[in-house]
Amino acid sequence: MHELALCRALLAQAERIAAAHGAHAVRRVELRVGPLSGAVPELLRAAFAVARAGTCAQEAELVVHEGAIEVECEACGARGPAATPNRLHCPACGGWRTRVVAGDELLIERVELALAPRAREGGAEHV
Amino acid sequence: MCEHCGCTVTGGNAHLLEAGTPGASRTVEVLEGLLAANDRAAAHNRAHLARHGVAAVNLMSAPGSGKTALLEATIEALAGELRIAVVEGDLATEKDAERIRARGVPAVQIATGTACHLDAHLVHRALHELDLAAVDLLLIENVGNLVCPAAFDLGQHRSVALVSVPEGDDKPAKYPVLFRAADLVLVSKCDLLGVLDGFDPAAVERHVRALASAAPVWRVSARTGEGLGRWCGWLRALVAEVHAGAAAATR
Ligand SMILES: Nc1nc2c(ncn2[C@@H]2O[C@H](COP(=O)(O)OP(=O)(O)OP(=O)(O)O)[C@@H](O)[C@H]2O)c(=O)[nH]1
Ligand SMILES: [Mg+2]
Ligand SMILES: [Zn+2]
Ligand SMILES: [Zn+2]
Ligand SMILES: [Zn+2]
Repeated sequence: MHELALCRALLAQAERIAAAHGAHAVRRVELRVGPLSGAVPELLRAAFAVARAGTCAQEAELVVHEGAIEVECEACGARGPAATPNRLHCPACGGWRTRVVAGDELLIERVELALAPRAREGGAEHV
Repeated sequence: MCEHCGCTVTGGNAHLLEAGTPGASRTVEVLEGLLAANDRAAAHNRAHLARHGVAAVNLMSAPGSGKTALLEATIEALAGELRIAVVEGDLATEKDAERIRARGVPAVQIATGTACHLDAHLVHRALHELDLAAVDLLLIENVGNLVCPAAFDLGQHRSVALVSVPEGDDKPAKYPVLFRAADLVLVSKCDLLGVLDGFDPAAVERHVRALASAAPVWRVSARTGEGLGRWCGWLRALVAEVHAGAAAATR
């Protein structure tokens, strides 16, 4: 539901990074989105397709890496995958006092910028 | 290091990379949260609150779970003891804020329009409409929604999630992201437990523990007042804690 707001924030960040590097366009954005982030990759993709219009990322591809949930047990110290987003028990002892060490991230991992100035654009098409 | 994105390209060596082939591209490692701008605004809100020693609580639940009714009952119970202010997130109306103002408490309505959640920028605007020097406790009623609000830090000290008896006891299992973010879970409208016998408060607690959360699960009823004493005690303790922190910071 809030994926459009997330994409607007994402595009603002991408535009800032592009400007800082003197790039005229963003070609690709890679995100890491954990199952506990609250964002749904499919909805992000749909929202991105709408939100990118008119920005320097209007032709950019969005790649979403969906991480897995990993927990660390406070009782026995074991570390491993959680069953589902609503079952974060320790995979070893079954205790509920665990810490989520992966799976709640909502990160921009990297962006690919198009550096060619306008004069080179013709070449860029055929590379 | 580039101060904007953390990559290792500096102004001095950037031309080496950029003089590449026509149509060259460069991949920049970012590793920044998608909500970094919101998080910065939330930190700014926290600074506002800290300056005046104001404790802030973010109340989240589905539409109609009884957030405003709980606020009304809380205002009544703490009248003359704590100076409360309320921020109301609502899609379009001033109704909830009017209900609060009718009890003599300042309330800022954030009409979020089409948005389905509050964010730190919206709350920041509301903070500037309040006289924080005259407030001990700021209660923020988020937009009724069990999905989005959890993702946006508002600068609050604590988050509270409500699940009302008519909604069913499986809500924490269905909306793990929001309930995992809660420091306290309130089973609201608990006066209806006798009427709607399908609701098991113990199941709510089991679902919350399955989220690796130690958050207490307490019953409240704005209708009968059950559980209000414990809830108000929790708020008092938070206000005292934040006051102590503010005192320490200004010493
Ligand atoms: N039986 C009972 N009904 C309640 C209680 N608290 C609220 N209600 C009723 O539930 C309905 C919704 O209450 P609100 O306080 O407006 O709920 P809300 O969470 O603020 O709703 P939104 O702001 O629209 O998300 C109203 O009809 C209330 O009278 C309660 O403790 N017991
Ligand atoms: Mg309300
Ligand atoms: Zn939303
Ligand atoms: Zn264990
Ligand atoms: Zn400010």
